[in-house]
Amino acid sequence: METLFGLDYPTWWFLVVGGLFSGYAILDGFDFGAGAWHMFFKRDSSRETALKAIDPTWHGNEVWLVIGGGTLFAGFPVFYGTLFSAMYTPFILFLLFIIFRGISIKFRNMEEMPWWRKMWDWSYSISSIMLAFLSGVVLGNILNGMPLDENFEYVGAGFFEFLNPFSILVGVTSIALFMMHGAVYLLLKTEGQLYNRIQGFLKRGMAFFIISYLVTTAYGLFYLDHLLIVFIENKILFVVPFLVFLSIANVPRLASKEKYGWAFIFTSLTIALLLVIVAFELYPRLLWSNAIQANSITIYNAAASTKTLKIMMGFVAVGGPLVLIYSYFVYRTFWGKVDLKTEGY
Amino acid sequence: MDVEILSRIQFAFTVAFHYIYPPLSIGIGLLMVVFESIYIRTKKKEYEVLAKFWTKIFAITFGIGVVTGIVMEFEFGTNWATYSRYVGDIFGSALAAEGIFAFALESSALGILLFGWNRVKPWVHLVATWAVFLGSMFSAVWIVVANSWQQTPAGYHIVGEGMQARAEIVDFWEMVFNPSSLDRLTHVWLGAFLAGAFLILSVHAYYIIRGKFVVMSKKAFKITLVVAAVSSLAQLFTGHNSAEGVSVNQPAKLAALEGHFNADAPADLYLFGWVDKEKQEVIGLKLPGGLSFMLHQNFTTPVTGLNAFPEEDRPSQVNAVFQFYHLMVAIGMFLIVLSLFALVQWKRGKLFENKWLLWTFVFTAILPQLANQFGWFAAEMGRQPWVVYGLLRTSDALSKSVQANQVLFSLILFFIVYTILLLLFIYLMNKAIQKGPSSEIDFDEGSLNKEIANVISKK
Repeated sequence: METLFGLDYPTWWFLVVGGLFSGYAILDGFDFGAGAWHMFFKRDSSRETALKAIDPTWHGNEVWLVIGGGTLFAGFPVFYGTLFSAMYTPFILFLLFIIFRGISIKFRNMEEMPWWRKMWDWSYSISSIMLAFLSGVVLGNILNGMPLDENFEYVGAGFFEFLNPFSILVGVTSIALFMMHGAVYLLLKTEGQLYNRIQGFLKRGMAFFIISYLVTTAYGLFYLDHLLIVFIENKILFVVPFLVFLSIANVPRLASKEKYGWAFIFTSLTIALLLVIVAFELYPRLLWSNAIQANSITIYNAAASTKTLKIMMGFVAVGGPLVLIYSYFVYRTFWGKVDLKTEGY
Repeated sequence: MDVEILSRIQFAFTVAFHYIYPPLSIGIGLLMVVFESIYIRTKKKEYEVLAKFWTKIFAITFGIGVVTGIVMEFEFGTNWATYSRYVGDIFGSALAAEGIFAFALESSALGILLFGWNRVKPWVHLVATWAVFLGSMFSAVWIVVANSWQQTPAGYHIVGEGMQARAEIVDFWEMVFNPSSLDRLTHVWLGAFLAGAFLILSVHAYYIIRGKFVVMSKKAFKITLVVAAVSSLAQLFTGHNSAEGVSVNQPAKLAALEGHFNADAPADLYLFGWVDKEKQEVIGLKLPGGLSFMLHQNFTTPVTGLNAFPEEDRPSQVNAVFQFYHLMVAIGMFLIVLSLFALVQWKRGKLFENKWLLWTFVFTAILPQLANQFGWFAAEMGRQPWVVYGLLRTSDALSKSVQANQVLFSLILFFIVYTILLLLFIYLMNKAIQKGPSSEIDFDEGSLNKEIANVISKK
């Protein structure tokens, strides 16, 4: 098989898709988190400030989902078809909440009526929580594995199979992780009384995350043996969970010193490292076949042709830096605390 | 109902609903760029007001366009898994390119377009406006490339058999510039310009009739009228090129567009009509041999008819394809006549004197929208029974693991949510239009408030 710098093309593409979804989790993750805290703010102006904190940038963050989806579709079409059709219900719900999240942000401030704003506040907050939950549920199902046939077709059935104990735990952990991450982001964008309140939220968010993370990990250790194989075979990989531990530990340390810029870097790093663990647990598989091991989807049997992967590596080499430049420019433009008076169009 | 028909209804419904918005965004985006460019060059206040007003409308259409667009990307996987595996190499690449090269540009620049007026220099803001507009144009490029490949596959080869068969890229540029890409892209772009331009004409005609924002509206109306006239005329050519391409690449579709059944006979061109599939005839007003003439400049040259294809390889809904196509053409013709007539009135200095002409413009906003929908319905239904023309049947493209009750559930949810979205869209558009562009006084209020605040804080 052809290689590039010693890695074959499907592996490169595994890294690209993984990188894009990590980017999406970090970027839209704080939007989800901010949304999850939204109803804890009581005053209309606090809610408006919290919304304005993400308003100019969430569109750009959502781009990562669209690109991630496109690269997954193009690079691993077999996986794309199987995963999305197997997880039909959670993906459809995810879409509906993406719609409600988007229009809630757009429409909330277009009217003054309190009932109008309250309605969109609820819609925004519930959507954000559900988006975080459903992303976790899908991830949980990927880690859990599914029954697949020899055509890599999902052979389970039913509306609610996507809800199993492990996927629910991963879903809840995602909510907690993004709430911690989102609280740190909001601290970077707010000041005064609101800032003080969110400091309290962050403490609770950190506790929520650490507890749910421990419970989920414990459950995984007991019931999902297949995820441990890679770590048992390569002891050196235990360094990654150790880095996760260090990264998480840094968040409360930095928060107590009010160094939220650094705390944000470490919550982002935590998200990325957790996905690195996921990547190690799966590689070279994309989806475990529970019933018959041989039917598992791997990066090799799911991949597009090498030619296609090469073309798309070109896209990423050219387009990736462009996307980063746009993002940098937008974040730089809207850097600093939200000021309700000068924003808007 | 079975999974196939439910999935088809769901995709048709979600994509048709989606397609209300992107053409508006592209069309309004074009005029937004024009107004803002004029403002930056001339520093005339009214163009700033116009640019900001249409940016506000743009924000509503763009927002709904984005969220309803992601739905399609996911639906390929959820409802059309076999299709996704079959075309992932090609269709997926086009979608990925759209995300990286187009969507990223427009979505990032959007933040600055909407919220950046007070944060960046005017020329930087203009660059952002251009970026959003160009991004949306590029989006159209990749989406139309992807769809055109389904109509006229090129630059690929098939690997594997049965359930494992897949199309893989052989020549990327041949895939991108497949035989129908360019004709269809220009047709889609112009359709989008028309959708945006006629909405802007409609709103400003309404203001002129009501005597509000008259000076500004007259200027906007004239600029937009030029765009509308040029686009509607050019649309005639791209439409003709497209039809010629269809006759070469998708003869069964062309035959359905004109209800032409005879396998090998001169074909007529209908102004309007009704197709009787059983009797294999069309009742209506026709130009005998007209289609033969359009394609071959000769009234008696034979054109391949539907009967030249086995029953299972031709579109089943011939009358629907015929009607959608003819309604689209009729609307296109009407738009040409209307905009040229308005240009003549302008030349004679009577553009804004006829109330009925202005009222006609008010109601015409809906027509390009309908033409866009009809055109797509004709194109997609005319491609049936294939999802990828000649390669993969729609009935084979489904997700094998999804069941009818799941699709019914999602279809009902989409129906409810999209109904709410449409009502909200109409409500918010109506509100923004009724309020109108901020007048001069409104406009200065912001800076006035700031000055007052400054004075107070200094004391």
